[in-house]
Amino acid sequence: MVGWDEELLCRFYRTMVTIRFFEQTVEKHFLAGEIPGFVHLYIGEEAIATGVCANLTTDDYIASTHRGHGHSIAKGADVSRMMAEIFGRKTGYCKGKGGSMHIADFSVGMLGANGVVGGSLPLATGAALAAKMLRQKRVAVAFFGDGASNRGTFHESANLASVWKLPVIFLCENNQYASTTPYRSSTSVEDIADRARGYGMPGVIVDGNDVFAVYEAAKAAVERARGGGGPSLVEAKTYRIKGHFVGDPELYRSKEEVQEIFAKTDPISRFERQVSSEGSLSREKLDSIKLEVQELIDKALAFAKESPEPDPSELFSDVYA
Amino acid sequence: MREITFAQATLEAMEEEMTRDERVFVMGEDIARQGGIFGQFKGLPQKFGLDRVKDTPISETAIVGAGVGAALGGMRPVVDMHFADFMGVAMDELFNQMAKIHFMFGGQRPVPVVVRAPDGLTNQAAAQHSQSIEAWFLHIPGLKVVIPSNPADAKGLLKSAIRDDNPVIYFEHKRLFPVKGPVPDGEVLVPIGKAAVTKPGKDITIVSYSYTMRVVMDAVSILEKDGIDPEVIDLRTISPIDKDTILNSVAKTRKLAIAHEAVKQGGVGAEIAAIVAEEGLDYLDAPVLRFGAPFTPVPFARTLEAAYRVKAEDIYSGIRALF
Ligand SMILES: Cc1ncc(C[n+]2csc(CCOP(=O)(O)OP(=O)(O)O)c2C)c(N)n1
Repeated sequence: MVGWDEELLCRFYRTMVTIRFFEQTVEKHFLAGEIPGFVHLYIGEEAIATGVCANLTTDDYIASTHRGHGHSIAKGADVSRMMAEIFGRKTGYCKGKGGSMHIADFSVGMLGANGVVGGSLPLATGAALAAKMLRQKRVAVAFFGDGASNRGTFHESANLASVWKLPVIFLCENNQYASTTPYRSSTSVEDIADRARGYGMPGVIVDGNDVFAVYEAAKAAVERARGGGGPSLVEAKTYRIKGHFVGDPELYRSKEEVQEIFAKTDPISRFERQVSSEGSLSREKLDSIKLEVQELIDKALAFAKESPEPDPSELFSDVYA
Repeated sequence: MREITFAQATLEAMEEEMTRDERVFVMGEDIARQGGIFGQFKGLPQKFGLDRVKDTPISETAIVGAGVGAALGGMRPVVDMHFADFMGVAMDELFNQMAKIHFMFGGQRPVPVVVRAPDGLTNQAAAQHSQSIEAWFLHIPGLKVVIPSNPADAKGLLKSAIRDDNPVIYFEHKRLFPVKGPVPDGEVLVPIGKAAVTKPGKDITIVSYSYTMRVVMDAVSILEKDGIDPEVIDLRTISPIDKDTILNSVAKTRKLAIAHEAVKQGGVGAEIAAIVAEEGLDYLDAPVLRFGAPFTPVPFARTLEAAYRVKAEDIYSGIRALF
């Protein structure tokens, strides 16, 4: 895109493709029965994590959701250790104690995925409080879904962050569904961004399938937070392409509807169209990034599969610090 | 030794720890402007400012959740629950977030949060302001739970809790706040996980904690008149439970009674009875006695509250019957 730094464009693409390939690999191996537990895929929502985290450094914090692979990757987590965790291996981020829903990498400011919907909001708020009290320039981002916006954690955290002017960004990923429940039948407002007004903070809506738009909206919110202006609510509108979890029979919508929407919304093909129509990134460049990412994911998969499972004695470590 | 109240002892602990470590701060409802309902935060804002002694909105979920987030961000928060009864409002933050983050994320980061929770019967406060709910937290790995019975332990345990890298729930009985007792000058640290033998004896082991320790001591003074010499253990920490002190004592006295204010069913006493049944059954010469509240919510009327409360006479006559 004209006016965009080439390195940033490459970063956008690399991150989105890494998330996509990572998740496709996870899906395949879950369906093959090699991955236990639950897996919630982020496919189709890659532009959000990518656009938001491109504004953050490793000193900044994010708190994530049950659909957290994309957030971790965008924040800079190592895909091999993520894959190993999802496979329940000792070499995983959490030594095999967390799994897909609980990946964390504190070394890059990723404060953890959360199996409890809405769990991320007070945690990010508290991390922002710490940053403010320690006079650090850090900001915290809470990712959460449209479904989570109906939980008390959202309302309490938004109010607290606003009265205390905390450097936190409430980043709502509105993928139109909470499990099987469509947004319209569970949420009282037209747009979740409307709720910001109730808490005295800006609320903006952004096209969550457009990495450029997400980047710009997040940038404004991050700058406001870093500058002492307090919290913001950003609602990124997107669409959940895959089932709620891998294996979801998806009785609440038709395959055709999903395919039709995906053809329009897929953030990766959209990005490819945008950059190639303007000649900002060549086809060769895009292809070479894809190849590089595929290698990375292949390595991650091999690493995970070759890694040992934790020894049963590990059950008793880390219960207490 | 000087005598100060339980509330003053906790205040001293806060003052000393906030002075020692700048990362320690406290937040909760009406603690700064009011000094806490029981005076347990009086003067702290004047000394440390409203940035480190924070009045919060009425948002228990956010208070505990943000406390956990702040701990992950490098602070050492103390969060006040106003009344232990309101912990239910923040239960997810207490047992799904705070308790599990260290384990679930493979030990990447400790969660040094202290949750202060005033509990217990006082002043006919009825069903939602008087509960003793410590047993809920005994069932959750990852938490430490402490529960002092006197000013010296109140100070020493709070200081240890603040320095501990794990989440610690600190129950403080509302009726203990005005109670005076000797507290040494200077550094008082009571180790978490260590019970105290507050009165050595040979005829029966009585295990208790919190306000009920006072009730137990009243019963003991009557038992002594009858020539019965009980050994009394103040648990001080209920998770992890100090099994060794209990088992060693029961090996010596060969009898066991447990007393607490919480309902008997599923209580701390049940756990201790089970531990002794599992690991020290041979020591026992008599059935284990448990004294706790009946299985009913805390009532309001004076007569009903009195009937609910564990009394020294109950403990006395229960134990007397064994001899
Ligand atoms: C407190 C809580 N309630 C219910 C669930 C079960 N659950 C898991 S994900 C989910 C839907 C969440 O929807 P949303 O917040 O919109 O996120 P999305 O899955 O769309 O990304 C539900 C109901 C849960 N994990 N936690």
